[in-house]
Amino acid sequence: MTTSHHLAPSVDALLAGPQRVVTAGVDLFADALEQQAVTVDRVDWRPPLADPDAVRAVLADPRREEANRTAVERVLASGAVLTDVLPATEALPIAPGTFFHAGPPLTWDTASGPMRGALIGAMLFEGLAGSPDEAEAQLAAGRLADGTEIVLDPCHHHAAVGPMAGVVSPSMWVFELTDPASGRRAYCSLNEGLGKVLRYGAFGEEVTRRLRWMSEVLGPLLQRAVRRRAASDAGPLDIRSIVAQMLQMGDEGHNRNRAGTMMLVRELVPELLEIGAPSRDVADVVRFCNGNDHFFLNLVMPACKLALDAGRDVPGSTLVVAMARNGTDFGIQVSGTGDEWFTGPAAVPEGLYLGDYGPEDANPDIGDSAITETAGVGGFAMAAAPAITAFVGGDADFALATTRRMYDITLAEHPVFQVPVLGFRGTPTGIDAVAVARTGILPQINTGIAGRVPGTGQVGAGLVNPPAQCFTAAVAALADRARRT
Amino acid sequence: MKQHVEVRRGQYHDSVTLLAVSRSVSAVDGVAAAQVAMATPLNLDVLAQMGFDVPPAAPDDLVVAVRLAEDADAESALAAALDELARALARKDTGPTGAAAEPARTTGLALRREPAPLALVSVPGQHATAEAIDALAAGSSVMLFSDNVSVHDEVALKTEAARRGLLVMGPDCGTAVVGGVGLGFANVVRPGPVSLVAASGTGAQHLMALLDAAGVGVRHCLGLGGRDLTAAVGGLGAEQALRALAADEGTELVVLVSKPADAGVVSRLESLAAELGTDVEWATLGPDRPDLTTVAERVCTRLGTAPPDWPTWAPPAAPKSSAPGLLRGLFAGGTLCDEAMAVAGRRLGPVASNTPLADWPALHVDGPSALAGSLAGAEHAMVDLGDDALTVGRAHPMIDPSLRLEALRACADDARVRVVLLDVVLGHGAHPDPAAEHAPVIAQALSTGRDAGRPLDVVVSLTGTAGDPQGLTTQAEALAAAGAHVLLSNAAATALAVDLATGAAS
Repeated sequence: MTTSHHLAPSVDALLAGPQRVVTAGVDLFADALEQQAVTVDRVDWRPPLADPDAVRAVLADPRREEANRTAVERVLASGAVLTDVLPATEALPIAPGTFFHAGPPLTWDTASGPMRGALIGAMLFEGLAGSPDEAEAQLAAGRLADGTEIVLDPCHHHAAVGPMAGVVSPSMWVFELTDPASGRRAYCSLNEGLGKVLRYGAFGEEVTRRLRWMSEVLGPLLQRAVRRRAASDAGPLDIRSIVAQMLQMGDEGHNRNRAGTMMLVRELVPELLEIGAPSRDVADVVRFCNGNDHFFLNLVMPACKLALDAGRDVPGSTLVVAMARNGTDFGIQVSGTGDEWFTGPAAVPEGLYLGDYGPEDANPDIGDSAITETAGVGGFAMAAAPAITAFVGGDADFALATTRRMYDITLAEHPVFQVPVLGFRGTPTGIDAVAVARTGILPQINTGIAGRVPGTGQVGAGLVNPPAQCFTAAVAALADRARRT
Repeated sequence: MKQHVEVRRGQYHDSVTLLAVSRSVSAVDGVAAAQVAMATPLNLDVLAQMGFDVPPAAPDDLVVAVRLAEDADAESALAAALDELARALARKDTGPTGAAAEPARTTGLALRREPAPLALVSVPGQHATAEAIDALAAGSSVMLFSDNVSVHDEVALKTEAARRGLLVMGPDCGTAVVGGVGLGFANVVRPGPVSLVAASGTGAQHLMALLDAAGVGVRHCLGLGGRDLTAAVGGLGAEQALRALAADEGTELVVLVSKPADAGVVSRLESLAAELGTDVEWATLGPDRPDLTTVAERVCTRLGTAPPDWPTWAPPAAPKSSAPGLLRGLFAGGTLCDEAMAVAGRRLGPVASNTPLADWPALHVDGPSALAGSLAGAEHAMVDLGDDALTVGRAHPMIDPSLRLEALRACADDARVRVVLLDVVLGHGAHPDPAAEHAPVIAQALSTGRDAGRPLDVVVSLTGTAGDPQGLTTQAEALAAAGAHVLLSNAAATALAVDLATGAAS
């Protein structure tokens, strides 16, 4: 027996006659305590979403507390600086015929409209097909015209993330972010802007022309500017610090990236002016970045990915390290269960629609951008960006209530990401899968809405939650592992 | 001149926040000047003008610069300044609509928002362990009222509680009193030198009521749950309770009350009490063991108080009859039922029950609706109405007396029944006015007997204290006025009931 024989200080407070008691269950006993002038804090208890035996097994896992502390500390400690911009082939294990995509694994057969549209668009951009029909035929057959097998692989399996369809093909360029302490890296494509864009499932001449310009002009100029900045006395651009600042300027880092984009451009313009590129190209690059309020999203996302990858693979930890959607399924990964995905059908977001589009035009939830919520920004920082709530007809109180509710399912408050209106309280960070399963509070995600039909593009933006079964399945798997140890 | 300058990489705070932080750090005793700022060129100039020597830093870095007063103790002043810095940077308020926070949905969340020394958990059994784990992890003790918690979980929770120096009272713990606060079903007792450690809820309530009547005050009653002193649980809860009471200055004598207990466990606890130097009166109950009234009298004697005449309230005009008949016990409290069977059995021989003692005859009751039928065919019998089989889908009989009242009416109609013995338990958590429910039915039952021309008596064992919200005297008088013999001592009530059943009452 290793039992120590001390008594906790709270036992003294108890035996002195408790001033305050937390009650869970029968109201009769809470009433009786109030009659005795004891302050009673009544838990708004409800049965868990998950199997109670699994919940109990996970909570009783002696590794859990320490494992969660370790995992979340690693997440919070991870830095993110912009070290490079380079072609996907140089950064990632990707060759012609391989396409990375958002969310958990999928096949052509299960792929949704916008995912199919993006894959078709990527085939056209790579010059692997002469027409959308040709592209679709090859994708459906699983082989390129030259017989090469077509491989569809989640971005998340390669330290990468992509918004919406998240399709990355070899000729695209990507941002490279590095955690200075560990040297770990994460990657994300360059943001194309809004409207008819590949990530929303659009394809065709306009999409291809833009992607080509991004690979021929935008990528190379950004590469020179970013490398120049990294080599300067100031050192590489600190993306995590910009994320912290954008939260204090009305952005939440998922559906609103305006301030973040401005800060990025402000930092890069001097470098762009000094790399000796034709002024017309520099002007085009600055105009392109400035004209796209979401340009910085593709830097928030890999910064979040870097942080969460640091929290992976801690045995016994219930920390959610990825939430991602492929347009068909919503998937999560948890620190204590390795690379296993826990999936459920993706829901259609609620929100506002562009032009004549309506909910019937919307595709189910899609994209790796929920990595922002997983890391404590986006919907979790909604209180920092009350303007976002217009997407669901909500108001500032809704934004405050949403962020507050997220503290109930998270393990920590972020030391750097803060919400001014909450007295600079750190954002709720590090989703605890078992807390979600017990409280029934599902993570709040802010998101864009893609059109259901391939080739449509963006139809709106709004709010969405993951399906509960992702979390109940994760808790069941954590319970299995807890029982085996 | 001592100064401290550090650069915290990538820690962004807005300039207004940092002005306030700088001001509060400057105000710390022993600090001559302080500047906490982002390392922008402007701020670096300001720091240089203040005489600080700042290492290379980028605008995204936070600079902390503190100059200590000449006469200050450098180490403690700097520590105080850095503490204040951490506090000022971490300051939290709940924002503009702080009061509107949604209620916490788990015990862990409630305790994370604001600590409390105790969580009282009464959610359904399969969910109770989770809430209890939350409480222990937050450094709080637990009273676990819920039943249907496995022995495995009970042992795990109590082991964890011992590791953290906390108490787990339960599972299936109905009664506790800590520092004068009653938890669950608990009586209002006068403060005093005796603390109870109880693996029996109604047993503890009855003992507290007797001690209160004897003028002996009770300091704490730490519940354990009925299984604690079995070999499987090994007295883990009792051990921790004894340690807590040994450290409690106001406790002079501990009374350990338990349903029949494992001899090995009791002997280990005796050794522990000796090691702790704690005086313990051991009251493990059983057919051949002293009853609770005897235990109360022993406690009085140990404290140098003469045991009192236990209070009784007689009915207005009790008709006398020496005709014998059957005894029926209808109990809400399991331990009171066990004690009554043991007391009655010494004179009547084995008494049938749905919760029989040892190898005594079992009374099979397949659910509440079968109760009257089962009793009709029995000889002397006592029923524990709080037994799980009879509480399915209904509240405990201490809260909802309807099943017992139905059984009482049935007994009145049974010509073989001579006396009905009931326990009525007062205190927090119990029915707000049990006499109002019972008195009319008792009066009606007695009138049924009179109308049939046969002797019938009702004896009530009333567990309660003068301080209880229902009022002991008020309740006793209302029950006696309805025609019942009312006694505070369960053993004495049982003895009277046996006297009546055997025709020995004079």
